[in-house]
Amino acid sequence: MILSRRSLLSGGAAGLLCASIAHAAEYRIEPVPIADGLWLVRGAEEPIQYANGGAIANIAIIATPVGTVLCDCGPSVRYARQLKATAERLTGKPVMRVYVTHLHPDHGLGIAAFDPAIVAALPSTITDIARDGSAYSDAMYRMLNDWMRGTELAVPGRRIEKDREDFGGRSLKLLALAGHSAADLALLDEQSGILIGGDLLFHNRAPSTPTADLGRWRESLKTLEALPHKGAIPGHGPYDPAGTEAVSQTRDWIDWLEAALADAVTSGLDMVEAGNMPIPPRFAGLAAARYELQRSVAHFYPGLEEKLLPRIDGGF
Amino acid sequence: MRKAIVAIALLMAGHDMGWAKPVYPKDPLGSPMWEADARTLFGDDPVRFDDRVHVIFPEIAENQRVFPVAVDARGIAGVERIVLFADLNPIPVAVDYRPIAAEPYLATRIKLDQRTPVRGAVQLADGSWLVSGGWIDAAGGGCSAPPVSRVKGDWAQHLGEMRGEALAGKDGARLRVTFRHPMDTGLVEHIATYYIETVSVKDSGGKLLGDMNIWASVSEDPAFTILPAAHVGETLTIDARDTNGRDYGGRIKVSPQSSRKLVLGQ
Repeated sequence: MILSRRSLLSGGAAGLLCASIAHAAEYRIEPVPIADGLWLVRGAEEPIQYANGGAIANIAIIATPVGTVLCDCGPSVRYARQLKATAERLTGKPVMRVYVTHLHPDHGLGIAAFDPAIVAALPSTITDIARDGSAYSDAMYRMLNDWMRGTELAVPGRRIEKDREDFGGRSLKLLALAGHSAADLALLDEQSGILIGGDLLFHNRAPSTPTADLGRWRESLKTLEALPHKGAIPGHGPYDPAGTEAVSQTRDWIDWLEAALADAVTSGLDMVEAGNMPIPPRFAGLAAARYELQRSVAHFYPGLEEKLLPRIDGGF
Repeated sequence: MRKAIVAIALLMAGHDMGWAKPVYPKDPLGSPMWEADARTLFGDDPVRFDDRVHVIFPEIAENQRVFPVAVDARGIAGVERIVLFADLNPIPVAVDYRPIAAEPYLATRIKLDQRTPVRGAVQLADGSWLVSGGWIDAAGGGCSAPPVSRVKGDWAQHLGEMRGEALAGKDGARLRVTFRHPMDTGLVEHIATYYIETVSVKDSGGKLLGDMNIWASVSEDPAFTILPAAHVGETLTIDARDTNGRDYGGRIKVSPQSSRKLVLGQ
């Protein structure tokens, strides 16, 4: 069917177009049981793009005796409303707590669907969302347009200042870490022993670094490794039943990335060439590897040049 | 209504005849600015699209203020000029480079103000132009947001700091140079246009190896990679001047490539 501008302007075709947009904007939210009273909603293993509505982050749903807990809540108010309905149907109890693991919009812009008083985040995450949230929101509207409709910027209303929260006997250990961003929350469901790593953990998916501090990230991975746990839910990619693979994959990538970018600078590569450098075969199973390498070049390269290239103008 | 359109079309046709507009090949990228940019840049020179002009950039514009681009025309003999431009930037041309004694290769970073074609055009000795490029999607504001160093307020403390390195490979040297400079576009309120406008590279004997004119659509703290004909031990001199008439100069001794870990291919 070919739509001319004129037929678009007439009522019939316009109605048809609206219907197709409304249809496109239904997210598919399919919780997969991981443990007793713990479900994972998988994000698409893709960059944020219109076709996936920005639903690329993993979400965890936890049933507790007193209510439902969500770890992250997706990119838009539309996603979060669907998530809330799905989770409440699943557990039979209303959502009483939403944790936002870090500031990135694929994890937290959906908080607009909840009362800020039940949305909890680390203090630095709250500061960062208040500072950068509207820029992230603009970028998401530009890429996702109608998926984002009605998504107002909201800021979490509860500061996480304790290392544990109890929900009628099911308690969650809260770990205040950093490295993927200035403040990264990881959670341990003590009943099941499952670790919810937020974006400190990527599994079969290349880690993204727009706000990363690789040294701090490495420290946080050490902490997660030392923490007794069973399986691990990464921020992106499939559930890691062994609980060690997501940690080691994430560390392997950021270690390689850091060394490879420094090598590229001192070898005389420009940013374009660095972004096209060979990726070692052991990372062949990681989704979005080239894409994330090119993003990381944009995040780190000018800073590395400043550090590694000598002054040539006689100054120091 | 229809009559009016026909009348306008006739008027435009008459206008065209009056100007004897040169005919450019149909733009494979379908850019709304192609004809206008071609007229400005190429005038009456023959133009054709040629994939041997490799315009290489990442699949995503992660930072619309710092978008890396390389133009590699090493597969074409007799290239005298490389022009890098982005059709829909308010300042379309970024670099006009003459590789006098250098391989026809240029890498730098530019600003993007919106989704746009990014192109490389190379001119041969007979005056003809070979053009290639591709579309890149980008958020707005690369040219119309204040530079980071203006926001931080430390631009003047670092103005003119130059860094770089020259590594000799099997066919000449690979020279990388960076400058600290705000490269103000003039499109930000209360910040006047201020950018580096010329860069040249000379060998130990003072012979010009390459020079370029650059515009404010080049990123803040500009960086360039070129491949001049120079060998190990030679000292290259890099001179630049900005729109306030301030001169910048740096010297780099060419080191052997073998001292580095990575092997540089195409």
